[in-house]
Amino acid sequence: MWEIDKKKCLRCGGCVSVCPKLALELKEFGLSHDKNLCIECGLCEKICPVGAIKVKKND
Amino acid sequence: MINTNKEYDIVVVGAGPGGSAVAKKCAEAGLKVVMLEKRQEIGAPKRCAEGLTFSAEKIIGKIPEKCISQNIDTGMVHAPNGKCIEINFGDSGGYVLERKVFDKWLAARASRAGAYVQAKTEVKDVIKENGFVTGVKAEFEGEEFEIKAKIVVAADGVESTVARKAGLDTTNQIVNVDSGFQYEMSNLKLRDIHCLDIFMGNKVAPRGYIWIFPKGEDTANVGIGIATAEKTAKYYLDKFIENNPQIFKDAGIIEVNSGGIPVGGFLDNMVLNGLIVVGDAAHQVNPIHGGGLKEATFGGQIAGDIIIEALKKGDVSQRGLSEYNKIWWKERGNFLKKVQKLREVVEKLSDNDLNMLAEALSGEDIVNFTRGNKILKLGKVLIKNPRLITLAKKLF
Repeated sequence: MWEIDKKKCLRCGGCVSVCPKLALELKEFGLSHDKNLCIECGLCEKICPVGAIKVKKND
Repeated sequence: MINTNKEYDIVVVGAGPGGSAVAKKCAEAGLKVVMLEKRQEIGAPKRCAEGLTFSAEKIIGKIPEKCISQNIDTGMVHAPNGKCIEINFGDSGGYVLERKVFDKWLAARASRAGAYVQAKTEVKDVIKENGFVTGVKAEFEGEEFEIKAKIVVAADGVESTVARKAGLDTTNQIVNVDSGFQYEMSNLKLRDIHCLDIFMGNKVAPRGYIWIFPKGEDTANVGIGIATAEKTAKYYLDKFIENNPQIFKDAGIIEVNSGGIPVGGFLDNMVLNGLIVVGDAAHQVNPIHGGGLKEATFGGQIAGDIIIEALKKGDVSQRGLSEYNKIWWKERGNFLKKVQKLREVVEKLSDNDLNMLAEALSGEDIVNFTRGNKILKLGKVLIKNPRLITLAKKLF
């Protein structure tokens, strides 16, 4: 499960640069996430400077 | 407004320093250039501590007063135990800029040279025909349109997706991206408004550093860049601010910034048929301090030269553009790779090691290291400690 706290996200795009599946994109008005491409690897959560992203691997 | 019926020579995606450098150079050579920026304001919000050395003016040109917040003549590196190394920059000092003014100045220069520049225009995809990138699909005020061009320049920043959509994998490894967070603060009690303060230590900023870059009498960019750690970059910066009331008591926050900082992962190949990647999008950043302004300009200017040449020859194939890889690696890449090695060594040092270095090294040594010079000296200091021999050998 991939979740973002939009109140925390500063739309810096750091997460986009490490996403191995191009599931994240920084649009004009914020981050977009494609759950069909996401493999829930958690790299975006690790890099986020403000802790806006939470990823829980589904079993 | 943009003329979608026009066939452009190049479309530049992203109006940061890298994009503007390419756009200016190509427009001056008489090429038909369009530069698109997805944000409504070029240069904002910044993802940058705004420091730039005077020497960068050799490639950027004379920077107007309006872009400069502060002149800098010294640096102070604070070791974990409080011991300081003072760096006297002398003639090699620099500025703390006002990025939103600076970036607009760069874009306006490109515009004046003949490039068509448009903000608030988002590139959604690339157009590919017969294995060549031949343009982009963009959107402005909800309306989608296509722009055809002989070459697409991906200068779309750390969040770059243009190159990846075109088929060039520029995904960076997490070990090569630092997590950055910064407040622009007011009402600070600054020790020296012409001095950059750098704080190191694994408790303060794990495998990275905290900076205070003055922008005025009592204002500064106060930020942190760290490798991924237990807690977020913001957590460590907030803690530092709380622990240093002598600087931060009653200070205000006038801007909040964050960002991923490429600190390695240089690309052997930065071109495809009809595509060229510059700046943060190509990880063109100095890995020891995370500064990318100068590198993006270098990358952009080299790309500009190659594009002009390729269009003259009528060869925009990957082969035709691959001279860019060769020249960038020769001019910048090999040097930056050396600095990356230094970064990899420094980030493995314990607080005790850093304290020891603060005793053994001078300000001049630090300046040399960041320029990729005399790195052997660091190796010689480290090798005296049996525990650090393996690490030190990486520098020889």
